[in-house]
Amino acid sequence: MTPKVSLRGVSKSFGSNTVLRDLSLDVATGEVVSLIGASGSGKTTLLRCVNLLEHIDDGAVLLDGDEISAIGRDPNPVRRRVGIVFQSFNLFPHMSVARNITLALTKVLGQSHDDARTHASDLLQRFGLAEKADVYPDQLSGGQQQRVAIIRALAMRPEVLLLDEITSALDPELVGEVLDVVRELKGSGITLLIATHEMGFAREISDRVCFLHSGSVAEIGTPTQVFGSPQDERTRQFLRRVTN
Amino acid sequence: MARGLHRRTGHQPRLTTRQEYERQQRRRSSFIAAASTFVVLVAVLVFVPRMPRWDRVKKSFFDVDQMGDSLPRLIDAFWLDVKIFAWTTPAIFALALLIALARNSRSPALFPIRALAAAYTDVMRGVPVILWIYLVGFGVPGLGIARPFNSPLLWGSVALAMTYSGYVAEVFRAGIDSVHESQRAAARSLGLSSTQTMRHVVLPQAIRRVVPPLLNDLVSLQKDVALVSLIGPIEILRQAGIDKSKFANFTPFVVAALIFLSVTIPLTRLTDYLWQRERRRTSGTRVAA
Ligand SMILES: Nc1ncnc2c1ncn2[C@@H]1O[C@H](COP(=O)(O)OP(=O)(O)O)[C@@H](O)[C@H]1O
Ligand SMILES: [Mg+2]
Repeated sequence: MTPKVSLRGVSKSFGSNTVLRDLSLDVATGEVVSLIGASGSGKTTLLRCVNLLEHIDDGAVLLDGDEISAIGRDPNPVRRRVGIVFQSFNLFPHMSVARNITLALTKVLGQSHDDARTHASDLLQRFGLAEKADVYPDQLSGGQQQRVAIIRALAMRPEVLLLDEITSALDPELVGEVLDVVRELKGSGITLLIATHEMGFAREISDRVCFLHSGSVAEIGTPTQVFGSPQDERTRQFLRRVTN
Repeated sequence: MARGLHRRTGHQPRLTTRQEYERQQRRRSSFIAAASTFVVLVAVLVFVPRMPRWDRVKKSFFDVDQMGDSLPRLIDAFWLDVKIFAWTTPAIFALALLIALARNSRSPALFPIRALAAAYTDVMRGVPVILWIYLVGFGVPGLGIARPFNSPLLWGSVALAMTYSGYVAEVFRAGIDSVHESQRAAARSLGLSSTQTMRHVVLPQAIRRVVPPLLNDLVSLQKDVALVSLIGPIEILRQAGIDKSKFANFTPFVVAALIFLSVTIPLTRLTDYLWQRERRRTSGTRVAA
């Protein structure tokens, strides 16, 4: 079967700093893959390449077998299908929660304001934020802001959702409510690619775990394989460091 | 609860030593401010009238009859300043926004536009306003354009709008630059085009941040409008000059200054207030002292 997302020999540098080296990775439809690896190993860059926030230097990124990284391709239709949630939430501070969610629905998908608003309310309801619809982001806790950011991405009904260390900027007691949202998404048919430092969570939620080391895949396998009996010395070292 | 208790027993809430100390400090600085203002005022009121030529200055600058006589004419003439201000302001904002957007464009193909916009702001900010008003205000009508498009009033206003749009464009640009890149990333990741991102996400945040400096520029504009008089139109400054010559008295200039102040001071206070508010909103908690 054609993978949902496929990276084929992707390379990416910033100046002389090579961040992704000939990296290949296939993710099946509905699969949950976690990216783990040291800070600076290229997790964020990889995710940004998948929804075309970065141009790759070499190789190809495919969505349903279609080369989305081809030169001169309009990125906007791709971004409708591939959502991303950032470490720092990036909500629009000058818009209410509801407007944050409906902006792209109306401007990109062409929905009417009423339809968009109903859709936003349904999602807010589903994730326990119904009463926050008309509040502005700075009146929300970090956990609530990140949940809104996830809802904003989900509202576009993406086929693929990229999550970039979405709990790293949160106080420990707020991590749980955000991870609960992600747990709810698993099995809904959406394909999830998750960069994370939460090893316990990666182990629990992932179909496969991918360990990145300086821009390439050092090891990939089921959580039991990667966490239980890592084959690569670098994986073992990394896991020793983060579990201590 | 605690407050009710104090009221019932008739006691003021007890101040801590620190609160007591800070209260004393506040009283002390209020006293110093009041005392020094008083000293300066007395000095002015006592010494200025004792200057050898005070009588003559008083007559030629502060002639009460002259004030009453000139005031209606000057207010009438001030209307022209208000009108010039009213039609140049929207033109300045529109032009400035276009230039700022041109300078912020990112596509490599638009390099000539960026360069042009940069050159425009450099020239406009580099030439004295008055010189530009002379050049455009006399130069363009001098080309022999037909009425009514040859009026110095029109081209003086255009010159003013051109100069100011250079400054205001820089203010807009600074505002646009101050919006964090992650905001664009978020908008683009949702599929918004770069134009939609600018319009719905970047500009609204940018403009909110630059309201105080924009008002600052408006205060300056309000005064610089008078420079258009130098190429002909009879607005307040010129009317004051006419009155001065006719009555051989400088009082009309003082009246004109007061009329300007009656508009610019409220605007300046508002600007300051908005600055302070913006500062409080964005610069975090103040250090104690
Ligand atoms: N926009 C950029 N410009 C220059 N260097 C960058 C940029 N983004 C990331 N990098 C560099 O790429 C490397 C990988 O970063 P990143 O993908 O953020 O890693 P991770 O998310 O795994 O911590 C780092 O060395 C970082 O400094
Ligand atoms: Mg990262």
